[in-house]
Amino acid sequence: MKDEIILACKDLTKRFGAICALDNMELQLKKGRIVGLLGPNGSGKTTLIKLINGLLYPDEGHIWIDGVEPGVFTKSIVSYLPDKMYFADWMKVKDLLEFFEDFYLDFDKNRAMEMIRTLSIDPELKMKSLSKGTKEKVQLVLVMSRKAKLYLLDEPIAGVDPAARDFILHTVLTNYDPGSTVLISTHLISDVERVLDEVVFIKQGKNILHDSVDRIREKTNKSVDVLFREMFSMIPKAQDGFVRPGDLRSAAPEQEGNHPHPENETQNTNMEGETK
Amino acid sequence: MEWKLVEGRPIWIQLYEQLVYAIVSGRYPCGSRFPSVRELASQAQVNPNTMQRALSQLDAAGLTYTQRTDGRTVTENQTVIEIARRTLAKEEIFRYLNGMKNLGYEKAQAVAMLEEELAHEG
Repeated sequence: MKDEIILACKDLTKRFGAICALDNMELQLKKGRIVGLLGPNGSGKTTLIKLINGLLYPDEGHIWIDGVEPGVFTKSIVSYLPDKMYFADWMKVKDLLEFFEDFYLDFDKNRAMEMIRTLSIDPELKMKSLSKGTKEKVQLVLVMSRKAKLYLLDEPIAGVDPAARDFILHTVLTNYDPGSTVLISTHLISDVERVLDEVVFIKQGKNILHDSVDRIREKTNKSVDVLFREMFSMIPKAQDGFVRPGDLRSAAPEQEGNHPHPENETQNTNMEGETK
Repeated sequence: MEWKLVEGRPIWIQLYEQLVYAIVSGRYPCGSRFPSVRELASQAQVNPNTMQRALSQLDAAGLTYTQRTDGRTVTENQTVIEIARRTLAKEEIFRYLNGMKNLGYEKAQAVAMLEEELAHEG
């Protein structure tokens, strides 16, 4: 069962005016995996997640979730954590639990209540009286208390303190069903690396790498975090074409010597361009 | 138990090494029940599939075994554990000698200094 495909994207393309947010994206995720969707800002992570959710429609290509294109049915098997808060702030925590219980057949209210209690959140409190981090925790509790086949978590750890981050990862690890798949989009890789089976690197709307975390570590002797920094480095590359993690520091003394720092070179060419 | 993971090495190998250490140091005694994959994964905050891989390696090394219905148990075979313990001990010794060598001491000096230290400890 584990090798069955839960999510497949074929030639997936989405444009916003002149911008191509997803460019012939190909992706297949198997059941029972925790997958990191990694890419710099603006690489298409949120667009992909919204397409899978049916919140956006593709311009070209197809998406299948458990063999079905996004629609009413797929919403019943996909649990989605958006990158923004969407709950009315006058609602109490316990109202939200009831709301979710009404809305989703697979919602386990007892499990949600238990997690709310573990977090020492008072269910009688209104959403607007909660801190940003606590709101995010409540939202995650709701999302993870469903028995979904596919969880889509868009930046679940971006705005919270390290303790809350640990809680979130712990929640994902302990609550997901071994047969379901979790797709977590983030750019805070070092924090999530150890909980992931596989990672997908996306760049300019394309899937440029899809492999298991341990295979990447075996092949490159680098953590996924370090590899990511290299592949998406904004720092102009050294002569051999690779920026090593230590380059910024080791390049400093060279600057004083005869070797111009690559960064300066770029600046020079830019300046020349401007004067012409 | 404390889990320490470093960058740049496969996670499952690091988990495996730490589990071996826990067994030979007696944290999980001979013949005792071993925690479940989920329990260990949640403790180490790692992916259950990664932990599963480390545990399969323990089985393959003969340090643990699984019965279909009854989870995972530490082997009753003292010899297997002793061999694993010796291997780790050798690594420790090698680390010490290598460290001393890097500091510029001859082997004989390293041994003498170790004995001196032990005499001090009494």
